Amino acid sequence: MAYDKFTILKSTAVPLAIENVDTDQLIPARFLKATERVGFGDNLFRDWRYNPDNTPKKDFVLNDPTYSGKILIGGKNFGSGSSREHAAWAIYDYGFRCVVSSFFADIFRNNCLNIGVLPVQVSAVFAEKIFHAIASDPKAELEVNLANQSITLLSTGEQEKFEISSYKKDNMINGFDDIDYLQNIKSEIKEFAENLPL
Amino acid sequence: MSNTLFDKVWDTHVIRKIEGGPDVLFIDRHLIHEVTSPVAFLGLKSRGIKVLYPERTFATADHNTPTINQHLPVADPLSANQLKALESNSNEYGISHWGLGHQKNGIVHVVGPEYGITQPGATIVCGDSHTSTHGAFGAIAFGIGTSEVEMVLASQCIMQPKPQKMRINVTGKLGFGVTPKDVALFIISQLTTSGATGYFVEYAGEVFESMTMEGRMTVCNLSIEMGARGGMIAPDETTISYVKGREFSPEGEAWEKALAYYKTLKTDADAVFDKEYTFDGSKIEPMITYGTNPGMGMGISNNIPDAEDVQGGITTYEKSLNYMGFHEGEAMLGKPVDFVFIGSCTNGRIEDFRAFASIVKGKQKAPNVTAWLVPGSHIVEAQIKQEGLLDIFNEAGFVLRQPGCSACLAMNDDKIPAGKYAVSTSNRNFEGRQGPGSRTMLASPLVAAAAAVTGKVTDPRDLIEELV
Repeated sequence: MAYDKFTILKSTAVPLAIENVDTDQLIPARFLKATERVGFGDNLFRDWRYNPDNTPKKDFVLNDPTYSGKILIGGKNFGSGSSREHAAWAIYDYGFRCVVSSFFADIFRNNCLNIGVLPVQVSAVFAEKIFHAIASDPKAELEVNLANQSITLLSTGEQEKFEISSYKKDNMINGFDDIDYLQNIKSEIKEFAENLPL
Repeated sequence: MSNTLFDKVWDTHVIRKIEGGPDVLFIDRHLIHEVTSPVAFLGLKSRGIKVLYPERTFATADHNTPTINQHLPVADPLSANQLKALESNSNEYGISHWGLGHQKNGIVHVVGPEYGITQPGATIVCGDSHTSTHGAFGAIAFGIGTSEVEMVLASQCIMQPKPQKMRINVTGKLGFGVTPKDVALFIISQLTTSGATGYFVEYAGEVFESMTMEGRMTVCNLSIEMGARGGMIAPDETTISYVKGREFSPEGEAWEKALAYYKTLKTDADAVFDKEYTFDGSKIEPMITYGTNPGMGMGISNNIPDAEDVQGGITTYEKSLNYMGFHEGEAMLGKPVDFVFIGSCTNGRIEDFRAFASIVKGKQKAPNVTAWLVPGSHIVEAQIKQEGLLDIFNEAGFVLRQPGCSACLAMNDDKIPAGKYAVSTSNRNFEGRQGPGSRTMLASPLVAAAAAVTGKVTDPRDLIEELV
């Protein structure tokens, strides 16, 4: 599915200093019933964001007007649990283009990369610096530069590099996806399939 | 060169390696269900692409299907719409579809092995993280997102960096009342929910060698709960005798060829793993979880660990206990239980219902407990009846429901109400997983059965002298 190209993102960030945020929190299973990719942002963090009577929970960060931006800063082991890509869709659809954490669950990270949300894994120390910077100034900006693989706290100039495969990086910068690649090697795939042991 | 089981299966399926990127991996079998496939088909349509090998994909409806009155129209319009989409997409692209009411319908990770779709040494994917189940057969099996479902439909390939390799050895013999579920919950409690992230696991040692295929599936199913993409066990005689003669298993000459391949599927003696753990199986107790991730498990007779002894994160620990209404250092034994759920791709197989029956036989369901017994498939359901287990259940005050994922993720009406406690044989105790506000304690079918007849958390070893 087409997504917006990712080059440089300069934005304030929303802090969520909770470890082990699982995909059932990102989007509870009862909101997985759509047959089209629409409306998932409304249910991002549904049960942390809203009371059972659908009124907003005032103490949850997404309901706090102090914080806003296109970057979500999460705790360690972000996105554990189910393979539902809906979790990444909800993040994208809500308006985030980048999630920063000191550690990501595997399938979630893949899903993000496939739909145009950039997962930026930083050291635990740098994650703390970001949380600290936002705590002292909610308008503190971050710059994520995909080509340079760097994330910078603009208030202090502190910077860290992050890992991404050159293949995925090119995809995100150009807005390509894996299917575009695979369509071009179809004959190679068919030939390979002829010679499998099973 | 010495290779692991994982290397052998992976390398056999690599079409090409991309410089500075993932491997292009050929996928032998693809399983789909109603929840994670509709948007993938929409993607195919918008690109104008056909399914490359429709005979390699199998569709079953399971996640949001009702577990009673399956002969009636599905009441929830959104669920009905997803089920209809699975059927129409399957029909349009020539994919086998086992919808609600079909004899082969059931939980995707239960029916796949039952019909021989799951084969040793195969690569298997599905838009569901518990696809790791199929690793029990020595397959590389893992969960994928919807973009990847579309990718596999379009090209029968997936693009993945090769994970690192981990081996987990469990030696010795399991004690009385200790099941494969306990082994898995124990391992996860030691590694935490992220301890195997980035790895593919091989389970080895006497404990796994002596397990049935059902037990191995339970263990491999839970690999994702410690962050591993998948887990696998080398195929042996137990595996081969399970696979042989199933509907989609190879036959005749093809079977002989497959058998020769299966026999190559083991880790070479001097192969090296990136990480290795060894545990003593005789030290494992029946397990139960006290928190809101599967890594927060403990021996059932222990006390909830103190904050300072917990590895999985202090905010998680505090938030979990608050959510569960539990306190540091408390015993779990004796805690009241409102609901019991036996079923799911983790523990919805015949052996699990036999274990449940061994405890409830001749006893009565506790009056304060609502119990949902949900078989993983129609084959399991039929076996329960044939073996006389249904009579045992009925005499003890239990009813059997119809196959599906049910209360494991509560997409249908099988929801645990807010604030209520459930002992569940499923795989996740996340906040709200079994319904908004639900409080889940994960455990084995034996622990679930003990809770169902006593109405509280009970050590199953106290209820019977000998287990089936």
